[in-house]
Amino acid sequence: MTATELSYIRAVNEALKWSLETFPEAIVLGEDVALPNGPFGATKGLHAQFGDRVIDTPISESAMIGTALGAAVSGLRPVVEIMYADFLLVAMDQIVNQVANTRYVSGGELVPRLTIRTQQGATPGSCAQHSQSLEALFAHVPGLRVGLASDAASAYAMLRAAIASDDPVMLFESRRLYPVKGQVELDAPVEDVGGARAVRTGDDITVVSWGSAVPDVLAARDSLAADGVSAAVIDLRWLSPLDLRPVLESVEHTGRLAVVHEANRTGGFGAEVVARVTETIGRELAVPPVRIAAADGRVPASPVLSQALLPGSGRIRSELAALAARPARNTRALSA
Amino acid sequence: MELAAYYQQMCTIRRFEEEAMALVQSREIAGSVHLCIGQEAIPVGACAALEAGDAVIGTYRGHGWAIARGVPLAELFAEMLGRASALNAGRGGSPYLMAPRYGFLGENSIVGAGLPMAAGAALARKLQGGRAVAVVSIGDGAMNQGAVHETLNMAAVLGLPLLLVVENNGYAEMTPATALTAVPAHERAAAYGLRGELVDGNDPAAVAQAVRALRADVLATGRPALLEAMTHRLVGHYSGDAQAYRPPGELAAARQADPITRLAALISETEADGTVAAADEAARADVLAALDLARSVPFPDPADATNGIYAEELR
Repeated sequence: MTATELSYIRAVNEALKWSLETFPEAIVLGEDVALPNGPFGATKGLHAQFGDRVIDTPISESAMIGTALGAAVSGLRPVVEIMYADFLLVAMDQIVNQVANTRYVSGGELVPRLTIRTQQGATPGSCAQHSQSLEALFAHVPGLRVGLASDAASAYAMLRAAIASDDPVMLFESRRLYPVKGQVELDAPVEDVGGARAVRTGDDITVVSWGSAVPDVLAARDSLAADGVSAAVIDLRWLSPLDLRPVLESVEHTGRLAVVHEANRTGGFGAEVVARVTETIGRELAVPPVRIAAADGRVPASPVLSQALLPGSGRIRSELAALAARPARNTRALSA
Repeated sequence: MELAAYYQQMCTIRRFEEEAMALVQSREIAGSVHLCIGQEAIPVGACAALEAGDAVIGTYRGHGWAIARGVPLAELFAEMLGRASALNAGRGGSPYLMAPRYGFLGENSIVGAGLPMAAGAALARKLQGGRAVAVVSIGDGAMNQGAVHETLNMAAVLGLPLLLVVENNGYAEMTPATALTAVPAHERAAAYGLRGELVDGNDPAAVAQAVRALRADVLATGRPALLEAMTHRLVGHYSGDAQAYRPPGELAAARQADPITRLAALISETEADGTVAAADEAARADVLAALDLARSVPFPDPADATNGIYAEELR
């Protein structure tokens, strides 16, 4: 296998191209995805190559997702692009009441084999309606699969896994990371949906993150390493299905857990990770776990204000350093 | 289809719905049901004009559509009784049951939400090169849902083989449709460049004729169409609805136009004596036999309550 250097958005484009080549029943639909080549370029060249299987839709998110569902249960394999995750909220009924129920209620006779791609997060100047990180809303809903890629390789692998899956999968890409390049193995075997990845090993603390926060976590980790703190980093990648095994293994070793996400703190998926680790191996925790997340607030447009909310690498570094330095509260950890 | 055949199906639906009401009152059906009593001619007439490969989507008032599509009565009863039915094993219930193997993709218990899914079923049929359509039934109240209008526009621009049947039963749940609707449904079709027709929804032959013509038109032109079928709901919005909101005399007047008594009178003019009575008796016997059969279906295993949410059970 040979790796190719691609930007995150090119990796998405390659995965879409692969799916249209691999599955004759695959279609791509969304706003501006065909003739305009996609608002962020994810669908560049696809209409030219695949014609009517790449469909420009009106700005009608409910109709788009419901149409994808009806097409899926009738034998197609739709991939829908929702331009911003914030716009998913326009189609909440179709996603939660319709898509998520279909397999269960029909006893598997109807297969909601569809992928919903979107992108999210704050970038300088993006307003409060174009900057939210909404993955926890959907990870709460049984019947949906939810994933967030943090780099080009995962963007390619996870989108292929999603499209090949028989479940409805929601992928929250990161607009901020779209230009970031990485090595992608285009001819790698297709992965299954699910699977976290231990991206760095470490002995002192365990840091769990996903999506846009992962590069910031890695930067903080490198900086901490210079101070002698060894942090393990796990990119969760999929919130559903949730693969906690590498997290539990690492926490058993380090006894210290931090979860970092760009979404705001209250009700964020970090709370779920902390709860599950605590329920499962709480006695292994030398100190209480910490969540590092955006402050609970609306995302302001001014970069001066939005930077104050978001968990950048500087804040992540200082909170991780504090976690590493905190005295252990029990003898298990002291003797470890 | 012969008038007698329409009558037989409509009677079966009526008896089925009456039995469902009794089962709610005796608490054998948990919760409430939404009955189509008074509206039977619409699904019976429409389904007579459809082919096996067409997709049909209904609403929570959809028992009649399921029966007209050929779903066995016993399976429907078993599903409504919360048993491990051959349809959805107790997961759909009265308002959200699905029977795709009978060409009935299912009911929908969110007002207007079946339309986007029907558009997708139409898109698939178009891309697969078939000569089939998707038919979706909604009520007059659903014409005021955003998803309906998003979908009508999208289906028009994408040229989807979609036929929307609007069952105007006079009430959007418990408020008169006229108080909530600025423009009648069939006139709104023009806003999307679609053909919109009006039909007497209490006449199964007229409904069948209209659906047959619009189905052919949809396939020939590649444009969706809308049929507004005027009818009366002769019962409450749901089984526990006391209907105190109805003006005096309204229901009695509506009963004068009951499609079943109307069709019975028509049949009595042309068919042999006893045709109507025999159909009534056959419907009664079929429904009671189906209920007996449904009562023999076991309840689902509680251990299965979270099974089948995903293709593979890796939570």
